[in-house]
Amino acid sequence: MEKDITLQVNGKQHSLRVDPSTPLLYVLRNELELNGPKYGCGHEVCGACMVLLDGVAVPSCRVPVESMEGRKITTLEGLIRPDGTLHPVQRAFVQEQAAQCGYCLNGMVIAAVALLDSNKNPDDAAIRAGMERNLCRCGTQTRIMKAIQRAAKES
Amino acid sequence: MKESAYSPQQSRRKFISSLGCLTIGFSLTGTRWAEATPSPSALALPGSLTIEDRIDAWLEVLADGRVRVFTGKMELGQGIRTAIAQVAAEELELDLTQVEVHLAETGRTPNEGYTAGSGSMEHSAMAVRHAAAAARQQLLGLAAQHWNTRPEQLNLSAGQVRKTGTNQVLSFAQLLNGKQLEGEVKPSVKLKPKSEYRYVGKAIPRTDIERMTRGESVYVQDIRLPGMVHARVVRPPAYRARLEAFDEKNFKVPGLLKTVINGSFVAVVTEQEYQAVQAQQRAREHARWSQPQPLLPSGQDLEAYIITLPTRSQNVKSQGTVSPLDQPDARTLRASYYKPYQMHGSIGPSCAVALYEGNTLHVWTHTQGVYPLRDALAKMLNMDPDKVHLKGVPGSGCYGHNGADDVAADAALVAVAYPGKPVRMQWMREDEHAWEPYGSAMRMEAEARMDNTGRISHWRYALWSDSHSSRPGGNPGNLLAARYLEKPFNPPGSGYAGGAFRNSEPYYAIPNYQIDVHTFEGPLRVSALRSLGAYGNVFAIESFMDELSVKAQKDPLDFRIMHSTDERAIAVMQKLKEMVRPVKTGPNEGIGVAFSRYKNTATYCAVAAKVAVDKATGQVKLQQLWGVIDAGEVINLDGVINQTEGGMVQSASWTLKEEVLFDQQHVSSRDWTSYPIFRYSDVPIVEVAVIPRPHEEPLGAGEAAQGPTAAAVVNAIYRASGKRIRHLPVRAEEVAG
Repeated sequence: MEKDITLQVNGKQHSLRVDPSTPLLYVLRNELELNGPKYGCGHEVCGACMVLLDGVAVPSCRVPVESMEGRKITTLEGLIRPDGTLHPVQRAFVQEQAAQCGYCLNGMVIAAVALLDSNKNPDDAAIRAGMERNLCRCGTQTRIMKAIQRAAKES
Repeated sequence: MKESAYSPQQSRRKFISSLGCLTIGFSLTGTRWAEATPSPSALALPGSLTIEDRIDAWLEVLADGRVRVFTGKMELGQGIRTAIAQVAAEELELDLTQVEVHLAETGRTPNEGYTAGSGSMEHSAMAVRHAAAAARQQLLGLAAQHWNTRPEQLNLSAGQVRKTGTNQVLSFAQLLNGKQLEGEVKPSVKLKPKSEYRYVGKAIPRTDIERMTRGESVYVQDIRLPGMVHARVVRPPAYRARLEAFDEKNFKVPGLLKTVINGSFVAVVTEQEYQAVQAQQRAREHARWSQPQPLLPSGQDLEAYIITLPTRSQNVKSQGTVSPLDQPDARTLRASYYKPYQMHGSIGPSCAVALYEGNTLHVWTHTQGVYPLRDALAKMLNMDPDKVHLKGVPGSGCYGHNGADDVAADAALVAVAYPGKPVRMQWMREDEHAWEPYGSAMRMEAEARMDNTGRISHWRYALWSDSHSSRPGGNPGNLLAARYLEKPFNPPGSGYAGGAFRNSEPYYAIPNYQIDVHTFEGPLRVSALRSLGAYGNVFAIESFMDELSVKAQKDPLDFRIMHSTDERAIAVMQKLKEMVRPVKTGPNEGIGVAFSRYKNTATYCAVAAKVAVDKATGQVKLQQLWGVIDAGEVINLDGVINQTEGGMVQSASWTLKEEVLFDQQHVSSRDWTSYPIFRYSDVPIVEVAVIPRPHEEPLGAGEAAQGPTAAAVVNAIYRASGKRIRHLPVRAEEVAG
């Protein structure tokens, strides 16, 4: 059942031999050893597993890896600049201390990056709408909204 | 299924050294810490020094001059790692980067029980503060000896001792010369004057947040060990269902390494993770379970149902006589309230990694108590506790006793049945939602009588609740899997009843009162959810205080203040009043307030909520929450603010949206659609003010806002709409009209 698949993740080509029906999330975490995308619900409703797919924030917990060939995938790790510095959104999360347990943070950063790419200056309603798919249980949403506003100003 | 460009075949040693922040390495040789009997003099010591008073149990100086601090507590997202580092760096005049905090690990850190009850600052941070002060004294003593001078001629900075007025310096490591700190912490140890603090009380940023944003290995879910295999557990369709047969012969899935069957405990082990997900689903088709009786009492009004159950009743506290309440009149008021079962709802389902090798079991776990879980696992597996090693690694936020201990038990059972390989046991979303132990449903009845001046003269309060703690506490009967084994361990029955009546006494001066608690065993599995019974009790008491203030025609905060004698309680309410005073409300908008002192002995918190109500639909929009908190001496200012903001938002979500539902078989709230929680569109603006009390005891801030927020929200709904909500969660049909 395994198949050779080529994935483009964080600017690199990866040749893998995998069960093509495997959801992208498990391949990213286990084959590519990336910690960013997290398993949260497996139903595409919490956002913990989000990645950027051709620049759009999408959950990775259900989509079969074989459908990802030829697509450009960016994970949390791929947002870090080549010189090791953080993406403005990542930096803003640190500055605003926008986390408690931080388990949802991957999806929050990914969704915020996609939001700011499509809207340089989102107002409160646009931020809420852009982040609606992402759940946080610690109640840090207000800090995350501040971090997004800060990133919008600073980038 | 390997990436061709990548070779994960590294040795365990290399793996451990390459892990960076996620220090999951462990020493297999010797135990640096054994459970000690406290000496009699230790009883005068603060915090957890009463369980361990040796300096080197709390701190060690590393060869490079940095200091490693040991805490028996766990990082749950509350920022304890940073708070503990602040306290140690303060006393030892270190830079924060020179302090490393080692979280709970059996055999390595002190046994501080559970990371619970908002006690980590009081217990662990205070032990570390005094141990660090003792270390400072000892290091200065050694330096004085070395230079043959007096300690007053020396000063400490950045991990070095300098002889004043000279260039002569010695690092901590040089001073100790290969030895470690010795002796015990004495109650008389001199602490750094608080006026000289550089770190404590400040909003020191947490360093782990940057690691999270970089996608570094932070969580137990991120652990990858060479040769690691993947496991999933196959739970029964109902609490009481038992496995009648499993068709192993026809159970064939790709990558299956083992099917573990022990009584009614079923788990699958596979090479790859997705294979385990598929195997778990397929295994359900091959298992035949008994139909359990009795069925769950679904379709009933739970508020009415729970008071029909057999109860154990006890008087919590009484004073004077409440008999005038037996003749209700115009000056008496009576109301009853209800909160449903609610879940912890961690965003990341529970996970553990276990390895059984050479007669020793290692478990990496996000439990809140490594030692009590170790003892429970050892008993479940009939092993010597010394052969069971647990290392605490953070997981997703837990907010109390979620699936963390249970998944560790699942992992341990599989690891023992499949020795020699690290087993990663991951619960799926449905496993967590349907099997975690919930916060109990509760019913609260309140009655009061006021005199002509609007002062409460008599108060009677009764509550019905299941237990609020069934943590393992060394007892395998509290581990889910252990109940299903061939030789099952039975749950020990009602757990910690004290959790139910937490905050059941009003924190007001009332001359005559009676508080009773009735404990039942309800249909669902329950345990500790953030603040335990305080959420339900404060919701009821502070709603009732609001009802009384309306009857007395008094401002709700003035009404509370007039019944308060504690200056710190009055101060948080006064501050809240100032914050809310300039706020304007439009039509169908209202502001509600509430107050409590957590456990009636700890943190003070007053909360205000502003809502807008759509009278036609009954939709409630929570616009803003204000919180004022006095947690005594603040260790990390931003930590207190973050915990309070988050606590308010979480409690508002419980109050407005959440209820665990079940059918006759089992829990039917199995995902985020059937158990919705706050999303961004629901989240209010939040504002928190902290009243610092540097000369008071430090108190935990993590649970203080849960109760008052619930009451503030329903009180705001009343002010906006005239509708009094006494049954949670708030339902649109009760608000409409």
